[in-house]
Amino acid sequence: MDSLMILIPVALLLGLIALAAFLWALRNGQYDDPDGAAGRILFDDDD
Amino acid sequence: MTEATLFATADAAAAARTCAHCGDDLRGTGEALFCCAGCASAHAIIGAAGLGSFYRRLEDARAHRPAPLDIDFTGYARASGTDEAALDLLVDGLDCAACVWLIESLLALNPAVLRARISLSTRRLSLRWRGPPAHANGHAGLVTALGFRLAPYEAMAAAVEDDRATRDLLHSLAVAGFAAANVMLLSVAVWSGEDGSMGDATRALFHWLSAAIALPAVAYAGRPFFRSAYSALKAGRTNMDVPISIGVTLACVISLHEAWAGQQHTFFDSAITLVFFLLIGRYLDRRARGRARQSVQALLAMASRSATVLATDGTTASRRVDTLQPGDVLLVAAGERLGADGVVSEGASALDAALVSGESVPLDVAPGVRVFAGMVNLGAPIRVRVTAAGEHTLLSEIVRLVEAAERGRSRFIAIADRVARAYAPVVHLTALFTFLGWMLLGGLPWDRSLVIATAVLIITCPCALALAVPVVQVVASTRLLRSGVLLLSPTALERFAGVDHVVLDKTGTLTLGRLELIEGGEDVEALQLAAGMAANSRHPLAQALVRAAPDAVPLEGVVEHAGQGLLAGDVRLGSARFCDVSEAGDDGRSELWLARPGHEPVRFAFADRLRPDAARAISALGHDNLSVELLSGDRPAAVARAAAEVGISLWRAEVTPAGKAQRLAELAAQGKRVLMIGDGLNDAPALAAAHASISPATAAEATQNAADAVFQGDRLLPAVETLRVARRADRLVRQNLALALLYNLSAVPLAIVGEVTPLIAAVAMSSSSLLVIGNALRLGTRPLIRDEVTRDVS
Repeated sequence: MDSLMILIPVALLLGLIALAAFLWALRNGQYDDPDGAAGRILFDDDD
Repeated sequence: MTEATLFATADAAAAARTCAHCGDDLRGTGEALFCCAGCASAHAIIGAAGLGSFYRRLEDARAHRPAPLDIDFTGYARASGTDEAALDLLVDGLDCAACVWLIESLLALNPAVLRARISLSTRRLSLRWRGPPAHANGHAGLVTALGFRLAPYEAMAAAVEDDRATRDLLHSLAVAGFAAANVMLLSVAVWSGEDGSMGDATRALFHWLSAAIALPAVAYAGRPFFRSAYSALKAGRTNMDVPISIGVTLACVISLHEAWAGQQHTFFDSAITLVFFLLIGRYLDRRARGRARQSVQALLAMASRSATVLATDGTTASRRVDTLQPGDVLLVAAGERLGADGVVSEGASALDAALVSGESVPLDVAPGVRVFAGMVNLGAPIRVRVTAAGEHTLLSEIVRLVEAAERGRSRFIAIADRVARAYAPVVHLTALFTFLGWMLLGGLPWDRSLVIATAVLIITCPCALALAVPVVQVVASTRLLRSGVLLLSPTALERFAGVDHVVLDKTGTLTLGRLELIEGGEDVEALQLAAGMAANSRHPLAQALVRAAPDAVPLEGVVEHAGQGLLAGDVRLGSARFCDVSEAGDDGRSELWLARPGHEPVRFAFADRLRPDAARAISALGHDNLSVELLSGDRPAAVARAAAEVGISLWRAEVTPAGKAQRLAELAAQGKRVLMIGDGLNDAPALAAAHASISPATAAEATQNAADAVFQGDRLLPAVETLRVARRADRLVRQNLALALLYNLSAVPLAIVGEVTPLIAAVAMSSSSLLVIGNALRLGTRPLIRDEVTRDVS
């Protein structure tokens, strides 16, 4: 019973962090251009 | 500046001798056809493998690359801040990340450019620079010079709005997913402790935790359903969302009461999982359709143009087509599309009226002739005085016809809604009778009765039923998207499935809308000479001649007499009158004559080429027991020939737009469900009046807006495939609905007698949803056309 008092909040917290990260990424435009982002990493900025 | 360089290169390439494989310039004056041994052997391999059409494809691909800056972007740029301006553009021809890198880097070389960023997924270029909005054309010209076509992104405003709604749905989906997973975690613990191994206090704690997670999540993620149910109820109707909303809300309320009373079962997990599953269906559905709509809008945005207006003092200005006024004088260059109706005031030329009237032969115009928006100038530049613009053009007239026809069609009700209308009252009554039955006859207290009634609602809550249709639609539209078919209307598939009669347009639908040489090519010497002269003209017949003899050497010193023909010394190439030939044959074909001193005049006849698979597509339609009919605005001779070539026995020529719509009304009155395939503006009212409609992606804007689906490319078979996929999809939808109802029929009695625990509800809900999804996936990728086409050949 004691372990539940720690484990449940921890589990919920982790889930919430993942949810917040997803919502942030969505709002930040990380999913706006999945095709372009995949190609961009192949090019260096400095040439 | 950039345009000039570009045209010079193109002309030079045409004039110079080039490699027969790669198109590179040939050095020296030898007889060699290739620039190097590598190209020669590549050419030999391609030829030996019988893949010579590669070169035609290559030419087609190159032909898509001309990039004159035909839109004035200044009007679309907006000033931001003190001395900055911004512009959003749609980039066509963007294929890879390297193109993105190239455009961005090239623009960034200019220090005035503050931001140049392209999204490869949406093909949108956002540009911001220091300086006035007037610099827009300079920056845009740089990109067009690379070979990309540009259009203002503004035309996509509707898509942006749609995007926001989709994103909102995704937010709801994320929240529902998080909550469903966590509540289910707690519920599994409660279920496994049902034998008494879990203490009452622990269970109460788990129930309250579930409530704390599920209630806010349902309130947030359930909004799309609540909103839709509310508006349906307000309009006095009921839809699938009404039982969903009532079921979810009631499940939450009763579960709160149960948790409060310290009872064993709560339904928080059912409520939130239901919302999660339904959101998945809705999101997929929306995204598939959104993508199709976006592609079509991109196609249309590419067609938007500006017009060149000639002021009284002789200066020219570029104006957006929607700002033209009657009385304006337009300068219409070769290849330009007219933006308004008017009368030719100066110059003679030939206009392509295929999109307006369906006529495949260009219309010769001279001062005083009426011309209409949507026609393309094929010959010399002309001046046109605008008589009607915007709302009053023939184009808007047709759009109004389309709207009138569409109002008639909106009576069609999707099968899902038909089922929901019948199903929702049954669900509610069953739940109500269960409640009353247990309370009055069974003698249970009201809260016990309500728990059982809620279980009935949850079990009948049409999770599988609501997924049954969208899942099939998503699989079908994804599959069609791969074949180049874009579904535009949500009920398109269902209507395609019911089709029993097909009406086709000729020009641009059965044919490619491109002229090809079909007669006169036997005399090679004459053809070479004529093609050499024709290389100097942009007239479509001349260009068709050049395509027929690509290796002809372009002649120099050729003079073009606009609207009549070409003159090189005393050799004439042009109309019968221009060449002094009296025997003008009227067999419905466009013709050019070549007159040389000392030779008989040679006649070159041209016809619009049929789509390569037109006959196959028509016979495939026959296989499906569909009657086919050809309705064209073109002349009888041309229509009769096309009909005979593809094997259509029922045809009519010289049909007006209203005549087409009337014919469709006739057919509808006979009880036929007609599929209309057409591309011209003259087809638009008929497309809207038909039971279902498809148009090629080359069609006019109003036409595409009226159609239920749009297919891309030169082939007609995708249209046939659409019908077959639709029929299969329809079968799967019916199977799915039957499966979902069957499951409900078997589970409802259990719920009514009060034997359904939250565990059973969860298992039943998931399994039936998986069953429905699995059934829909059977639509898969198995080709529906190839098998019977091979049978045709054998």
